[in-house]
Amino acid sequence: MAFLTIANLHKRFDDHVVVHDFNMSIEQGEFITFLGPSGCGKTTVLRMIAGFETPTSGAITVGKDDITHLSPQKRGIGMVFQSYALFPNMNVTDNIAFGLKMRKLSSADISRKVAEVIKLVELKGKENHYPHELSGGQRQRVALARALVVEPRILLLDEPLSALDARIRKNLREQIRDIQRRLGLTTIFVTHDQEEALTMSDRIFVMNQGRVEQEGRAEMVYTQPATEFVARFMGNYNLLGAADAHKLLGLDIQGHMAIRPESIHVLDASANQEGALDATIRQHQLLGSIIRYQVESQGITLQVDRLNRTASDLMPAGTAVKLQISRDDMREVR
Amino acid sequence: MKTSRIGAWVAIAIGTLYFLLPLIATFEFSLKMNRDGYSFEAYKVVLSDPGFQATFGYSTLMALLTIIVGILLVVPTAYWIQLKLPRLRPVVEFITLMPLVIPAIVIVFGYLKLYNSSSWLPLTGNDRATDFLLMCSYVTLALPYLYRSIDTGLRAIDVRTLTEAAESLGASWPNILFKVIFPNVKSAILSGAFLTFAVVIGEFTMASLLGRPAFGPYLQLIGANRAYEPSALAIIAFLVTWASMGLIQVFARNARGTRKSA
Repeated sequence: MAFLTIANLHKRFDDHVVVHDFNMSIEQGEFITFLGPSGCGKTTVLRMIAGFETPTSGAITVGKDDITHLSPQKRGIGMVFQSYALFPNMNVTDNIAFGLKMRKLSSADISRKVAEVIKLVELKGKENHYPHELSGGQRQRVALARALVVEPRILLLDEPLSALDARIRKNLREQIRDIQRRLGLTTIFVTHDQEEALTMSDRIFVMNQGRVEQEGRAEMVYTQPATEFVARFMGNYNLLGAADAHKLLGLDIQGHMAIRPESIHVLDASANQEGALDATIRQHQLLGSIIRYQVESQGITLQVDRLNRTASDLMPAGTAVKLQISRDDMREVR
Repeated sequence: MKTSRIGAWVAIAIGTLYFLLPLIATFEFSLKMNRDGYSFEAYKVVLSDPGFQATFGYSTLMALLTIIVGILLVVPTAYWIQLKLPRLRPVVEFITLMPLVIPAIVIVFGYLKLYNSSSWLPLTGNDRATDFLLMCSYVTLALPYLYRSIDTGLRAIDVRTLTEAAESLGASWPNILFKVIFPNVKSAILSGAFLTFAVVIGEFTMASLLGRPAFGPYLQLIGANRAYEPSALAIIAFLVTWASMGLIQVFARNARGTRKSA
């Protein structure tokens, strides 16, 4: 029996359909990510789970309770917002204690729980600071603590890292994932960043224009995209149309052929490998641990990634090479 | 460049003189009650007049009641408009501006017509009921100032997200309003309150026509019958207004320090 079930969820604003027949069931303790470009409906689904939007039709069930039309106050679902949404008039302790006070816990219980969660998110020493005295990362950790302290059944994270700078973002996403595992908390995370989605999630729902394009385990979605959209969104896939695929690879396909840049092998021009394509390096881009080459073969440009081992490995523009692509590394997508 | 700056200073000087000269003259005149030189005799007379104390006390009380009722009316309204009915904002803004366009005397005659002692809701029959009616009319007069300052305050915070955060933490609507929204628009509420205070303290038309012993009619009465005291009263009224303005500045400045976060 799934813990959270969403069935045939639709949402329409005026005559604009934002969410189209959304279905999902997740188990207790899973870390789920809704991934997609802005306007794909991922935040709307999240807001319907939280109770801030009412579905046009469909049902949301947690355990045995139908919560579709329950007020947000009664759902027992925690939420962390992109803009932190800390109460500016309260210090860290009071922000975190707010939910407990609303539940009318005794002050002894409140201070014990607040102290615990402050330790969990590593904010010791900041108890009496006000939100405007904290950095972005600290504010978001307060917001996380505030949502966690009331022990929600489900935790919703609405692009919580988007407003932070890169280093803090990496750090905090590890911390969130770690806390989520330790508490065994069922979590739904919304992001437009595929790296975030891949590093954090058990399962990913890739969304586009109000529909789920593909759902699956993180590694599956990355290596086996089902549609052209997912291939474009998840990685830097080379996507060949039917005509190009025929010309370059001699394959007849219906949709697109997706080939990951790291799965193309670059060989010496003199190599005598069967099926290898003659090609020329056009330019390169240094991405740290890898070098991304633009390589042209029969008028078609492909991206090829190679590990950046030593400086002398770098192949200048104009170098003639051969490319080898194994059939196993090609994936036909709709 | 040089000449334009001189022009600006001349304009400022003329404006200042235009504003200050009558004040200085009034002040100077108010000090002349004693024939043998300047003194604060007029102020002494005014402040020790039981009529002054009674009317000023009455108007202060009315101002406080007006502020409380006005805030309880305007903050939830402005909050709800911002949160759920943003399309109604122009309508509400128009309504709150009406007291500036419709003369007080028209409003008060409307009241007398609607609420006189032979109407379905007689509010002019006894003093307490009339006080209530007067307070309501003050709330109306204060609407443009209260609504504007509170609406501005609400726009400066992320009302929607703060509300949703509080909702997801289990807060009821009264808790959201009094623990989250009110404290975060405190300085806007206070600015509106001081403006309201300044407006109510000097109001004449409503109080006079409803026959209540307020400070405005007292000012008028003294002005019609005495020589030096009206000037002293005018200066006192100015000081009250200025003190209110000054307090608005103080609170606005304090708020800026804590407003940066969201």
